[in-house]
Amino acid sequence: MIRSLARLMPVLATTAVFLAGFLLCSLVYPNFASMRVVMNLMTDNAFLGIVAVGMTFVIISGGIDLSVGSVIGFTTVFLALAIERWGVPPLMAFALILIICAAFGACMGAVIQYFELPAFIVTLAGMFLARGVSFLLSTESIPINADLYAHLSDHAIRFGTGARLTVPAMIMLAVVIGGMVLLHLTRFGANVYALGGSRAATALMGINVPRTTVLIYTLSSVLAGLSGIVFSLYTSSGYSLSAVGVELDAIAAVVIGGTLLSGGYGFVFGSFVGVLIQGLIQTYISFDGSLSSWWAKIATGLLLFAFIAFQQITLHLARRPARRSGRPSPPPPAAIAQGVARP
Amino acid sequence: MPLTDDAPLLSLAGFSKSFAGFVALDRVDFTLRAGEIHALLGENGAGKSTLIKTMTGVVTRDAGTMRLNGAEIAPRSAEEAVKAGIATVYQEVNLAPNLSVAQNLFLGRQPTRFGLVREREMRRRAAALLTEFGLAIDVSSPLESYSVAIQHIVAIARAVDQSARVLILDEPTASLDAHEVEVLFAVLRQLQARGIGIVFVTHFLDQVYAICDRITVLRNGRLAGTAPIADLPRLDLVRLMLGRELSEATAKRPPHVESAARTPVATFAAFGKEGQVAPFDLTLRAGHVVGLAGLLGSGRTETVRLVFGAEKADCGTAEVDGRRVAIGSPREAMRLRFGYCPEERKTEGIVADLTVRENIVLALQAQRGALAPLPRREQDEIAAKFIRLLDIRPPDPERPIGLLSGGNQQKALLARWLATSPRLLILDEPTRGIDVGAHAEIIALIRSLCAEGMALLVVSSELEEIVTYADEVIVLRDRAHVARLSGDAVDVPAILAAIADAPSAPAARHA
Repeated sequence: MIRSLARLMPVLATTAVFLAGFLLCSLVYPNFASMRVVMNLMTDNAFLGIVAVGMTFVIISGGIDLSVGSVIGFTTVFLALAIERWGVPPLMAFALILIICAAFGACMGAVIQYFELPAFIVTLAGMFLARGVSFLLSTESIPINADLYAHLSDHAIRFGTGARLTVPAMIMLAVVIGGMVLLHLTRFGANVYALGGSRAATALMGINVPRTTVLIYTLSSVLAGLSGIVFSLYTSSGYSLSAVGVELDAIAAVVIGGTLLSGGYGFVFGSFVGVLIQGLIQTYISFDGSLSSWWAKIATGLLLFAFIAFQQITLHLARRPARRSGRPSPPPPAAIAQGVARP
Repeated sequence: MPLTDDAPLLSLAGFSKSFAGFVALDRVDFTLRAGEIHALLGENGAGKSTLIKTMTGVVTRDAGTMRLNGAEIAPRSAEEAVKAGIATVYQEVNLAPNLSVAQNLFLGRQPTRFGLVREREMRRRAAALLTEFGLAIDVSSPLESYSVAIQHIVAIARAVDQSARVLILDEPTASLDAHEVEVLFAVLRQLQARGIGIVFVTHFLDQVYAICDRITVLRNGRLAGTAPIADLPRLDLVRLMLGRELSEATAKRPPHVESAARTPVATFAAFGKEGQVAPFDLTLRAGHVVGLAGLLGSGRTETVRLVFGAEKADCGTAEVDGRRVAIGSPREAMRLRFGYCPEERKTEGIVADLTVRENIVLALQAQRGALAPLPRREQDEIAAKFIRLLDIRPPDPERPIGLLSGGNQQKALLARWLATSPRLLILDEPTRGIDVGAHAEIIALIRSLCAEGMALLVVSSELEEIVTYADEVIVLRDRAHVARLSGDAVDVPAILAAIADAPSAPAARHA
């Protein structure tokens, strides 16, 4: 019981930090605590929330996906060109780009699996590739004037005074909920955790590891594509320099949300809160008006560091009671391995 | 197709496999009947692991055919083997430690409804399944929160439940205590009655005679012989496995020297840690072997971890050479010239991807510090010396240690500490999971180290072995040192009596 609580600790802590931060902001700026701010927080960070869900799967499986920011950029350029220049109907363009992204992710997953390469390098290559191709398509910012775009950005569920649950926010919430269901309630989700726990053991348990790996990176790229669609809705344009560095924001959100970078542990909900925390910092800075926006990066960096340190401490505490309980159990391997091999 | 008594359930013909020129399997035939428990025996490197891996498709074979129920099968992965009805439980627990016990039991075949895992149903089935194995544990807890023994039973339960017709157990009992072995055997007999064919790989000959119907012995990658258990008495079996008589190493016990006469290397008084092991007194002398005996979880490993500083004592004192010392970390213990070979070779000992040479010089290098790298020439000399001295096979210092058999890995680990010329060497289950021949070699090595004046502290579950080399045996029970036997009092019945807390135990009790 204590142990399963300890497992939830990082997520609970992240949520507590978000609530405390929100409270703090509300105390400083009386009109901060409003539905409007909350809704804007969701809309402004919808694209990040969507990729963070995909990144959560990747990181829990023990991998990493550095290509997502570039995929978002490529998606916006592709959509702008397809809709404005090539005359493709927007919905058709959405379908096309998701298929392209799926194929792209599947390829990266296959390379990682069959060439036994580290995900870091393969997705780094994917990052350069996707960014390069988007530059090849166009180096300018292309506005998108399709009716659907105007319609979608008008469409929103309103609550009272200026609070709007926009389409991007709705998509993000749907992705977060879908991601939670997929990760926590399906066989695929269990396989993702198993891969992060022990890749070799997962294979020996008869799980189709190649298929799972390919699916994980496909999912991440498709969500990056979806995030690109949302990003283009949000900006009504396509630009090859958009979403530079978003992969790092997503990784930061996932880690702040309590997912272990080494894989095996984490929750989609945590990543969602991680995104909200980053958004909260941005919002605070825009409310303040005089602070440089770089403070957002500094605050994110400090938070990230604090959370990693916190995770190590809770993990340590979580493993401690295991040895004190009635049943005999072996000492944690890590402690001695370090002590003996690298004193 | 109905099976007659003689029709094999599984038959292998002409299995061969070589790795980079090294022949691991050479035209091996093997048959398994339904409802049979078939022991697969052999020394380290005899080809048992390779045979299992080629059977289950983990490693592709170079030649050979396999028939299950008369139909030819050729699984290309563990997954395909499982689908065909061949399930395997490996020596090292191969489950996902971060998942719950229930998820581990049902991974890949969880009960679902509309694509969603029925968590409650899965937990119910998991609990029911484990009840058959005599385990009543919380199946929603992560696997890693349980002991290795429980993890092993979970792995077996998973394999058994996958409607296996053939169950391969690769050293399933290596980390189980006597009671757990009994529980396992009861389950195996039950499975046997259901007509499942079981391949049982073990190093415990007692267990072979306790449960198996037939024995197949491999030696140097070849089939050395197959016989029903009744036709193969123990001595013949050992001869078949070793191809030679057992060395006297395991037979006779050398005369004891009066232990008090020896100089103490380290003395521990009222040393202990809350929740780990109750305070104990322990004197380790040069040229003296102290054995720690007890059941799994009795506090043996905890004791040696305290002595080596891997765990910090919260009471008591330690003296080395008559001076009080604080042993707060393995680093400090190493500075006092202590060495420690842990029980979990794979996770705590070897660095699998590094070569034998690199593994051997690791502790020596650590002792010297990163700023004083050992010259390569010196490293080569050290590696060559210990490979020769300990007969590490294959004698290739540049081979990644992960590719060596268990016994040879163990020797390389010993070499690592011997290279630092320790005064006190702590060995935790030095003969676990390695074959009879290597047992004898390790025991001979323990004796010669002792004769050279090293102090040894050895944890072992093999009581017959402990009595052949220990000058003093400390018996533990329930995380406390409960008895100390020395000199001629060291024998198996006395140790057993002390472990069982029989009133007739001729043991000197101490607080």
